Amino acid sequence: MSKKTYLQALNEALRQEMERDEKVFIIGEDVGQFGGCFGVTQGLFDTFGEGRVMDTPITESAIVGTAAGAAASGLRPVAELMFVDFIGVSMDQLFNQAAKMRFMFGGKATVPMTLRMPQGAGIGAAAQHSQSLEAWFMHVPGLKVAIPSTPYDAKGMLISAIRDENPVVFLEHKLLYGVDGDVPDESYTVELGKADIKREGTDVTIVATSLMVHTALAAAEKLQADGISAEVVDPRCLQPLDKETILGSVKKTNALVVAHEAVGFAGPGAEIAAMVAEEALDYLDAPIKRVAAPFCPVPFSPPLEQAYIPNEDDIVAAVKSIR
Amino acid sequence: MSPDKKMMVSMYETMNRIRLFETKLQEFFAAGRIPGFVHLYLGEEAVATGACAGLTNQDKITSTHRGHGHLLAKGGDLKLMMAEIFGRKDGYCKGKGGSMHIADFDLGILGANGIVGGGGPLALGAALANKYEKTDAVVICFFGDGASNQGTTQESLNMASAWKLPLVFVNENNGYGISCPQCKSMAVTDIADRAAAYDMPGVVVDGNDVLAVHEAVSEAVKRARKGEGPSLVECKTYRWRGHFEGDACTYRCDEELKEWMAKDPIPRFEEKLVESGVLKKKDLKEIKARIEKEVGEAVEFAEQSPLPEASALMDDVYA
Repeated sequence: MSKKTYLQALNEALRQEMERDEKVFIIGEDVGQFGGCFGVTQGLFDTFGEGRVMDTPITESAIVGTAAGAAASGLRPVAELMFVDFIGVSMDQLFNQAAKMRFMFGGKATVPMTLRMPQGAGIGAAAQHSQSLEAWFMHVPGLKVAIPSTPYDAKGMLISAIRDENPVVFLEHKLLYGVDGDVPDESYTVELGKADIKREGTDVTIVATSLMVHTALAAAEKLQADGISAEVVDPRCLQPLDKETILGSVKKTNALVVAHEAVGFAGPGAEIAAMVAEEALDYLDAPIKRVAAPFCPVPFSPPLEQAYIPNEDDIVAAVKSIR
Repeated sequence: MSPDKKMMVSMYETMNRIRLFETKLQEFFAAGRIPGFVHLYLGEEAVATGACAGLTNQDKITSTHRGHGHLLAKGGDLKLMMAEIFGRKDGYCKGKGGSMHIADFDLGILGANGIVGGGGPLALGAALANKYEKTDAVVICFFGDGASNQGTTQESLNMASAWKLPLVFVNENNGYGISCPQCKSMAVTDIADRAAAYDMPGVVVDGNDVLAVHEAVSEAVKRARKGEGPSLVECKTYRWRGHFEGDACTYRCDEELKEWMAKDPIPRFEEKLVESGVLKKKDLKEIKARIEKEVGEAVEFAEQSPLPEASALMDDVYA
C-alpha cells in the first residue's frame, strides 16, 4: 500500500492487466508515445510497444467500433476517448453496436471492451470538453457504467472493467487525476455494482458520484460542525446500481440528498430519487433534494464555470432545507 | 484465379439458395406471416456468392440490413435463419434479432446490421484481431452505395489502409439509397474511385457476374492474407425489389427494372456452367429442386418452432 494519485492508480491497473493478459490492449488518440491527453497511458507504449498501445487517427467511430469488433472477436480492448464529449461522434458504435450485440444475437456475442473517458468541468475547457454525460450511458441496456471517485476505486474498478465480459463505460473526472490516496501495489478488483459508504452518518444520506463525493465529504464536515451527521454513499457504478446500499442508508437516516455534476434534469439523480421514492418513500421524513448542474451548457469564463459546478455550500443548503 | 468445378457447383447452389429463400420470404411477407420488415437481396445474389466463395470459417464478414444473401453465402443455416425471421424461439437469435440482426460467430458472421454504415468500424476490429493474433484470416465488410457516403465507412477505409489491416471492402452498388439515386447522393460514378484517396486498390466489377465478383474479391483476399492491406471492390448490381417489402418503388421506372432483370445473374452463370461442361441442364434442374426442398424444410422448421416466451425477455442483456 502506498500513496498514489488517481491517475497513477489507473495507469497501474492498465499495466498490471496488460502484463496478466496479452489479449488486453489500448487504443485511442495519442495514447502511445504521447501518453494520453491527460497522461493516463504514460509509459505503457515504452513497455508494451505499438502492437499493444495503438494510436489511432482522430476518428472516434473507428476507435469505438474497432474496440467492439475486436472484443467480439476475442480480444479485450481498452479504448480511450480524449474527452467524453467526443462520444457524440461515435455514439452509434457504442449504443447500437457494442451494447446491443449480445442481446440482438440471442446471447452469442460477448463484448468485453472498456471505454475510458474523462469528463467534468473545472479546467476552463468550455461547453464541448467539460460535460458529465453518465445519464446517457446508464439509459442504455447492455452497458455498464463505472464512475470511480478515489484512487483505490479507480484501480480496482478499472481492473474489474477490463475483466468484465460486457462493454463498460468508465468515466474519470479530470479534476480527480491529481487526487491521491492509499492504493495497494498489487492487483485487486472492486466489484462493479457495489456502492461504498464513504462516510457514516445518521441524519441524512448524501448519494454522490465522482468529484461530488469529495464535495459531499467536505459538506459533511461542515454539517457535522452544525450538529448534523451526514452519511455519504458513493454508488461507484450507475449501471448496475447498488440499490440495496442506497436504500439501507436511507432507511437509517430517513432523508436523501443526491449530488452530481451532470445537469439535474433527467440526470442520474432523477433515477436514484425515483428509485428511493418507489421503494422507501415511507422511510423518508422530508422531500428528496437534488444538487446538480443547472440546465445549461458548461460555460468558459472562470466565475461562470464556478457558478455552474455544484459546491459544498449547495449541498449544505440542500441538507439544511430538509434537516 | 478461376474456381474449380466443386466451387462452381457450390456457388450455383448458393445463388439458388438465396434466390429461393428470398422468393419465399417475399411470398410470406405479402401474406402477412412475417413480423416487422424485410429487405430482400433478390437480383444481387452474385455479389455475396462470389465474394464469400473460398472463405473459411475463420474469415469473418460484417453484413448490412440487406443481409440474408451474405449470411447464406457464408454458410448460414436456412432453418435457423427462417425461424429467426419468423420471430421464433429456435431462430438464430432466439427471436431477439429478426431479419436485420442475424449472426453466427462460429461461421464468422459478425452480424447483419440495422444501421447503414454500422459494419465498417466493427470490421476494423475483427481485422485488427486477426492481425493481433497473427492469423492469416481476413474480414469482408459488405456495404451499400448508401453506406459508402457515411462517415463511418470513410473512417474505416482510412484506418484499414493506415494500419494495413486484412480487410476487403465489398461495395454493393445497387444504384439507390432507399429512394435516392446514386447521381443525387454522390458526385462520383464509381465508388471504387474513392479507394485512391486511401491508397488502396479499387476495382469495379459487374456485380451480376458471379465469376467476375469472385475473381476480384479473391485477388483482394489474397492480398489481405499476405499482409498487404485492404482493397475496395465495387460490384455494380440492382435490387429487384424495393428498399423494403411494401416499397412502391415510385422513384424508378419499370424499364430500368426490366433491363436489370434481363441481366439476372443466375441464368448468366447457368450458361457458363453448361458451356464449360461443369454441369448439364438436368443437373441444374436437380440442384434447384433439391434447394427448393431445403427451403421448404426450413419453412416447416420455422412454422413448427414455438414463439419465444415472455420470460426470455431479459435474457442476454448482459453476459
